[in-house]
Amino acid sequence: MNLDFTPEEVAFRNEVREFIRENYPKELEGMGTREDLTREQFLAWHKVLGKKGWSAPSWPEKYGGTGWTSTQKYIWSEENARVDALMPLPFGVSMVGPVIYTFGNEEQKERHLPGILSGDVWWCQGYSEPGAGSDLASLKTTAVRDGDHYVINGQKTWTTLAQHADWIFILCRTDPNAKKPQEGISFILADMKTPGIEVKPIKLIDGTHEVNETWLTDVRVPVENLVGVENEGWTYAKFLLAHERSGIAGVARSKRGVERLRNIATNELVDGEPLLEQPEFARKVSQLEIDLTALEFTELRTLASEAAGKGPGPESSILKVKGTEIQQRLTELTLEAVGYYGAPYAYGMEADGNNDFGVGPDHSNYAAETYFNMRKTSIYGGSNEIQRNIISKMILGL
Amino acid sequence: MDFNFTEEQTMIRDSLARLIREQYDFETRRKVVASESGWRPEMWAQFAELGLLMAPFSEEDGGLGGGPIDAMVVMEEFGKGLVVEPYLPSVVCGGGFLKRGSDAQKEEYLSGVMSGEMIFAFAYAEPKGRYNLADLETTAKKDGSGFVLNGHKAVVIGAPWATHFIVTARTSGDRRDKNGVTVFVVAKDADGVSTRDYPTVDGRRASEVYFENVSVGAEAVIGEVDNGLPLVELVSDEAIAALCAEACGAMKVAHAMTVDYSRQRKQFGVPIGKFQVLQHRMVDMFMEYEQSISMTYMATLKLDEDEVTRKKAASAAKVRIGQGGRFVGQEAVQIHGGMGMTDELAVGHYFKRITMIDSEFGNVDHHLKRYTDLSSADMAAAAE
Repeated sequence: MNLDFTPEEVAFRNEVREFIRENYPKELEGMGTREDLTREQFLAWHKVLGKKGWSAPSWPEKYGGTGWTSTQKYIWSEENARVDALMPLPFGVSMVGPVIYTFGNEEQKERHLPGILSGDVWWCQGYSEPGAGSDLASLKTTAVRDGDHYVINGQKTWTTLAQHADWIFILCRTDPNAKKPQEGISFILADMKTPGIEVKPIKLIDGTHEVNETWLTDVRVPVENLVGVENEGWTYAKFLLAHERSGIAGVARSKRGVERLRNIATNELVDGEPLLEQPEFARKVSQLEIDLTALEFTELRTLASEAAGKGPGPESSILKVKGTEIQQRLTELTLEAVGYYGAPYAYGMEADGNNDFGVGPDHSNYAAETYFNMRKTSIYGGSNEIQRNIISKMILGL
Repeated sequence: MDFNFTEEQTMIRDSLARLIREQYDFETRRKVVASESGWRPEMWAQFAELGLLMAPFSEEDGGLGGGPIDAMVVMEEFGKGLVVEPYLPSVVCGGGFLKRGSDAQKEEYLSGVMSGEMIFAFAYAEPKGRYNLADLETTAKKDGSGFVLNGHKAVVIGAPWATHFIVTARTSGDRRDKNGVTVFVVAKDADGVSTRDYPTVDGRRASEVYFENVSVGAEAVIGEVDNGLPLVELVSDEAIAALCAEACGAMKVAHAMTVDYSRQRKQFGVPIGKFQVLQHRMVDMFMEYEQSISMTYMATLKLDEDEVTRKKAASAAKVRIGQGGRFVGQEAVQIHGGMGMTDELAVGHYFKRITMIDSEFGNVDHHLKRYTDLSSADMAAAAE
């Protein structure tokens, strides 16, 4: 056991740092925690990485992954977090991509993987329904075989950034008579331009348009868009969720967030003294950082065991629960730190070409909006209560 | 970065686990703890035979060439078996000082620690010093070429079994000054040393140790006169890492026992493990345990880094393990219900051991403050 970087790893870190410094889009600087970006802004860094071949480090090399070791991947996320880089969105790279290269056929791999890697094709996730949240397997959207098409009807919800999406992956019920709800579900891909798909915005408490309702009315999708075997979709759905969870810890980004919090709390004054020197506040920051260290080393241990040949397993649920708790506490403390300047509403108020809308110190912008937005993290990706159910069942055997 | 154990470390773990399984079952432990001496010297001899006492020392010093990771492996297994024998006081603390001592000290004492013939206890705590390692009323006054020690050391774990003490004493300066602390090795049978021995709530033995005009020679000083505090802090951080490993072992077993019990115990016609409110609590216990393991690795692997990094790592681990341990211990008893309160079941004994670990070498509050102070010193240094 040791924590040392080899000379090769140090060289790799320097190479990565240099590449980010030279290529990270200038117009994205300081935008990494914002929710109100354009499609072009969301994809700008992804496209640069796609050209470089670095957009999907966790994929197998034969499908376009980087072949990096877990230490290299750790370095990669650390270096990106240093500049608050806006990383490729998870829907293609972390979710549908691994499902396609693991369970899809050759034609599907050839057709879909390049667009995911390059950032040219934007995917969205058709999982949740109004009546199927934590109980995802109770989903009601149906796909009925009609010649060489499936006809899909139903309603999906919480479809993140579907307003920008080119394609959607949909969990559909293909066997209404299956004995268990988990059986009879299929994993189907659909072009968002297909007639019958309608996206309606849902406005969230932070005022942003991040999620949508996706209505599916007589959507005709060719049968070749079925991934894997009909009625086996639940297996792929669970596989996808485990992949989604493993990147969800957000350690490097939270470390950067703690650094930012320390700077804010150094500049905010209480009786003329830095807030960070108030023992009550300082110890909350320390506790957060200590808990983040525990998460970091838990993730490193998980990565090490994955490198030893095990895929993301139920252990990734720990990373999801603890990672999101820390992200939430971080935004909570940041809001606490900025005091009453958390109140002015910042989205849409800034002058043209200027991130700062000129009310209060810059560091207070979006503190409340981000805090409100981050409450989503313990709800999405399988709520933290569902993650506990998974650990209870899969690891404790209860 | 590498999170794998070496073959030697895996071997130590396996053979120690087997020994504990075969000769350290809970009923045997109960009898030993209740016996007059409270430990088994013959067990210590077997630990020596397995190489455990030599494992963390360099080959030049006559050890097996391991280090803190080997001690971590041993202590985790000790935690699983609630082993009472004094590995932490003698090997981790005693050995930790002696391996940094003079050649003569290594020859005279470290070899004794490694063979198991000498048992060391670390007399650092004082009745009024709480967790401040420099807050010493024990004095060592210069007397010719040697020193004369006077003072009272508190709750010296393993002292009733010890042949020697590592003693911290003030050689100059005021009571809490960082300078003026010196480390001594003192034989238990030296004139003027007396002890009041007692059992601890978690099945070990400890003593109040009194020094009354105890004369020692200059060769009894480990490290530098007046400048012993950095060494005391270093060895204490090593002890913290080892204690964290012990806590992890105990937490693992307490959790496993709880999950097991919840499968067997029926109420309302079903095993209580079917209740989601208990399932989630046992999951929270599991997550606390996993994070405690992570923190133990972290602190152990950072022992050889620069002073601030090492201290912050040790404090962070001690905070997390203190908090996680309290949660796991309390919930283990709670989920066992009334049975968890009985002396008959092992789970309460794990709870007691985990609880007492928090107060050894500084509790959660102490280390949260230490971590915070180090962080602000760090930031001030970075700003300059």
